[in-house]
Amino acid sequence: MPVFNQSRGGIIQIIFAAVVLVIILQLANLQLFSTKYKLAAENNALFKKVIYPDRGIIFDRKRKPILENVIIYDLVVIPVDSKGTDTAGLCSLLKIDSIEYKKRMRDIINKTGMVRPGIFEPMLSPEMFARLNENLYKFSGFTLTERSVRNYPFHAAGHLLGYIDEVDTSFLRVHKEEGYQMGDFAGRTGLERTYEKVLMGKRGVKNYIRDNKSRLQGEYEKGLYDTAAVAGKNVFSSLDVELQKMAEELMTNKVGSVVAIDPATGGIICMVSAPTFDPNFLTGNQRRKHFAELLADPRKPFNNRAIQNNYSPGSTFKTIVGIIGLSEGVIDERFSVTCNGYFTGCGTGKPKCLDKGTFSFKEAVAHSDNSYFSTVYKKLLDQSKYETTDSALNVFNSYASSFGLGKRLGIDLPSERGGLLPTSAYYHKVYGKKFFPCNIISNAIGQGEVNTTMLQMANVMAIIANKGWYYTPHLIDSIEGGDPDDLLTGFKQKRLADQRIPANVYEAEQKAMQAVMDYGTAAGSAVPGIIVCGKTGTVENYAKVNGRVEKQQDHSFFGAFAPKDNPRIAIAVICENAGQGAWAAAPIASLLIEKYLKDSITGKERKDKYTTMVNKNLIPKLMRLEMAKNDSLKQLKESRLEQQRLLQESIEKAAEEASGLEQPIIPNTPAVPKKSTPKEAIIPKTGDKKKKYTIS
Amino acid sequence: MATQNNTLSKGVDWTIVWLYAALVAIGILCIFMVEYRADGNWMSTLFSGKTNYSKQILFAAFCAVVGMFILLTDSKLFTALANLLYAFGILLMLATFVIGKNINGSKSWIPLGGGFNLQPAELCKIFAALALAKYLSRPETVFKKTQSQLLATAIALLPAALSILQHELGLALVYTAFLIPMYREGMPAQILIIAISFGVLVIASLTVEPNLLAALLTLLAGGILYLLRKSIRRNRRIITIVAACWIFCVGTQRLLVPYIFNNVLECYQSTRIYSMVGRDYDCSLNQKSARKGKERPAKKPDDYNVRQSKIAIGSGGFTGKGFLKGTQTRGKYVPAQHTDFIFTSLGEAFGFAGCCLFLGIYLFLLFRIIKMADRQRSTFSRVYAYSVASILFFHIAVNVGMTIGLFPIVGIPLPLISYGGSSLLTFTILLFILLRLDADRQMVLR
Repeated sequence: MPVFNQSRGGIIQIIFAAVVLVIILQLANLQLFSTKYKLAAENNALFKKVIYPDRGIIFDRKRKPILENVIIYDLVVIPVDSKGTDTAGLCSLLKIDSIEYKKRMRDIINKTGMVRPGIFEPMLSPEMFARLNENLYKFSGFTLTERSVRNYPFHAAGHLLGYIDEVDTSFLRVHKEEGYQMGDFAGRTGLERTYEKVLMGKRGVKNYIRDNKSRLQGEYEKGLYDTAAVAGKNVFSSLDVELQKMAEELMTNKVGSVVAIDPATGGIICMVSAPTFDPNFLTGNQRRKHFAELLADPRKPFNNRAIQNNYSPGSTFKTIVGIIGLSEGVIDERFSVTCNGYFTGCGTGKPKCLDKGTFSFKEAVAHSDNSYFSTVYKKLLDQSKYETTDSALNVFNSYASSFGLGKRLGIDLPSERGGLLPTSAYYHKVYGKKFFPCNIISNAIGQGEVNTTMLQMANVMAIIANKGWYYTPHLIDSIEGGDPDDLLTGFKQKRLADQRIPANVYEAEQKAMQAVMDYGTAAGSAVPGIIVCGKTGTVENYAKVNGRVEKQQDHSFFGAFAPKDNPRIAIAVICENAGQGAWAAAPIASLLIEKYLKDSITGKERKDKYTTMVNKNLIPKLMRLEMAKNDSLKQLKESRLEQQRLLQESIEKAAEEASGLEQPIIPNTPAVPKKSTPKEAIIPKTGDKKKKYTIS
Repeated sequence: MATQNNTLSKGVDWTIVWLYAALVAIGILCIFMVEYRADGNWMSTLFSGKTNYSKQILFAAFCAVVGMFILLTDSKLFTALANLLYAFGILLMLATFVIGKNINGSKSWIPLGGGFNLQPAELCKIFAALALAKYLSRPETVFKKTQSQLLATAIALLPAALSILQHELGLALVYTAFLIPMYREGMPAQILIIAISFGVLVIASLTVEPNLLAALLTLLAGGILYLLRKSIRRNRRIITIVAACWIFCVGTQRLLVPYIFNNVLECYQSTRIYSMVGRDYDCSLNQKSARKGKERPAKKPDDYNVRQSKIAIGSGGFTGKGFLKGTQTRGKYVPAQHTDFIFTSLGEAFGFAGCCLFLGIYLFLLFRIIKMADRQRSTFSRVYAYSVASILFFHIAVNVGMTIGLFPIVGIPLPLISYGGSSLLTFTILLFILLRLDADRQMVLR
């Protein structure tokens, strides 16, 4: 039989092949040339769970943990599973009302959706955790999940440790490359911030497969692409947490700061800024409230006065002037000056001196004679070997800056300030083309434009103690497992003060400072059995009150180191507006030196002194006024809030009665008359209340 | 044949049997991939018989038995029973209107008991193929006559019409595959060309802005008239013909297509077809859904299925994610993945390379059948073989095309791969009848 139309068989085959080819082309398009499907598939099915490692722990010099991690619990809910839960029971346990419950639920659904867990109540208190855990079976859809938070067993060193907080968008912008994401926590201040890289550890990622309803279906590729979390490294601090604690106690009800350095290493032994705060305040679920309280305090407790405040150093600065004077040879130890009440070198009758008489170098330091150091300073600037005052001042500054003044020291805490060592250029701006030593004579006694931080003053004490060298003051000595990021390199480098200063100058200075404690201005603060070298300071200061500059009570200032031979501690203390150096700062320093060197305060007299110092209330007058004002404002605000709450409740009640389930809306547009009945009743009421308050 | 051999295997084309077995095995593995759970014990699910893939294994075993029986029969049986079976099939389809069971919105299933259901429209493919072959192989049929052509078309399209009444658009479309054997037997190519042109016109009226398309059609007509200006001088009728064509085209584009989409098709069907050409369909225009409006609001379905299907296939890349490692498959992102969208699990797990190999097997099978068809001495066998190839081809092209977004979603299975007893049985019978006929290719059948 003839097979006709044979060629059509071929055409049909071509059609089949052509259609398959079209399909293959589309497959190539989907599978080989578009990446969006791969991405979409990952978005669909891969759930990357970030595993947070434990943050590193910070230990003090005796290996006591200053801060550690504890587990606390969040109450977490999966909205879709929460139907039929005992809402009323949960509300009464958490002490919230059903409106709040609904609001939180709505927020969670908006944020994470119906099927994924969202945090209903974060950071439960232990009692709340216990109570919820017992009753959890009643609340379907609710679970308790743990999280690790910081805990501070000594309740101390809040300023130094800093805190961790959820990262915000600006943080993410700055740290783009470091893999942070929304919801992560990072160290935001203090050591937590400086050593964030070390403490945070390495986050891990676990890949899960999830199905079309976002339920996890198990590991992806048996964990092949997972990365393990690496716990943060522990760091070891030079801090002595007991001394820190004691210093904080001594500084209660005072405003000021204490810095103590180990001169041999530059390691900071204690650093207090008063008023301080318990770092545990800033963890847990009351955190936000405490934050607001601390921020509102007129004493600015978040301010670290040890490194963020510039103070006039006062008479403590005379140690520097003396050392430079002796080194430059404008005076020697035998050089003496007579003071009859004031400095005569400039003809202004300023500065005055407290003790009249004739002083050699040692006596001048011991009794803090203003005339003596004004003379030295003037002699320094008038030296004929330097042609102008400018160049003489530059020489003075070169000495002073080798003591770490006028620039940031580079401590491992954020936001350090550098003080001020005014240059000739600075004075030209003030005094024009030419200025004279008498223009700037106040610097001689630390009352002029010279500014230092307390850290710098403590460091100066360490340099004098070491006779001419120091290590950059720092809090962290070592990091567990080495220091791959070179965070500590700068602290291992010995730094020298100006080499023009001969050793005998330091010896003379030390002798003079010993005299301060033996029979000089700080005679009352000697430490029994220990040779302490110190220098008091009494810093005049002014404040603007109601637009007028008024002189305030002097700042009490003290710098010291001990023992004289083989010094182990260098310390600087300031108590703002607490009067003379010997009144407040010197006794505090002496008690701390005794505690550190002898491990305890011994003797009834010393113990009494400790109690007196702790109990002394030296909060500056201005701040006290401010605090009182704030307190009364707060009271007023609270009572007003209470009133508003009561009012709100009555409104809600009225609204509920009027419109069943409908919630009250604050009226800002004329509403439909029928609905507005309860609202209209409200407006005059609130108006009345406001008036009442403004009158009272 | 020179030597007489009475064994069953005599003359049977074993290549096709192997291809058939390979495809069924691939199908079972694909269904297994869809159902696989990392934590479950696959052994226990295999023997419990509750999972789809274990059911599919049962179906396959049953089909093997059926295939064996078919090979044991005489090929004369099929020519003899062709018309009777066709009538039986049509009766079954009519019966579904009375005793049919509603599954997924189409009342095209007859419950058989024991959880099994039969879809007569599936079986009717076989009967239609046999009936068409029988009709075309009649010595008195002269296929050059328009009358014969119309009758053949009617045989092929009667089950399709019934399928449309059962809301099984996909199954109905399959019957257009019979155009291919009819073309092979001498149906004028112009009909195919006109059909394709009409298809292009319909798609164009969906995608191109109506006024622009009308202008383009007018321009085209004008151009043809200009090119034919010399012939027109001789024969004025050309103008009439071109004008008639133009009126028909514009009419289709302006009136017919909107009418079909708004009044004949269901809202979801229109939406699917529109979404395939990248357009949104406004269901408020749909009269049918407006009429039904009171029972069910006209919901706007999105292209979730196609999107997920494309994601699953696209994420496979060149080599795929590996057997049982498809994240989209395991996450159950693709709806109906074990039936109509089974190709996605294959595409995700084995990637472009696997898909090409898989399509290669299909193409090899198709070419093998055509080769087989052209060696038949009887018209009956040849027409039947071409019908089988065409039905397979149509299923493959439409099913794969819809998973990769080349074709609107119509519910037709991937032959031998998709889960489903009816479909597997239909294709088994189709192929094994062909094998039986081919084994007896030396006989001349009428």
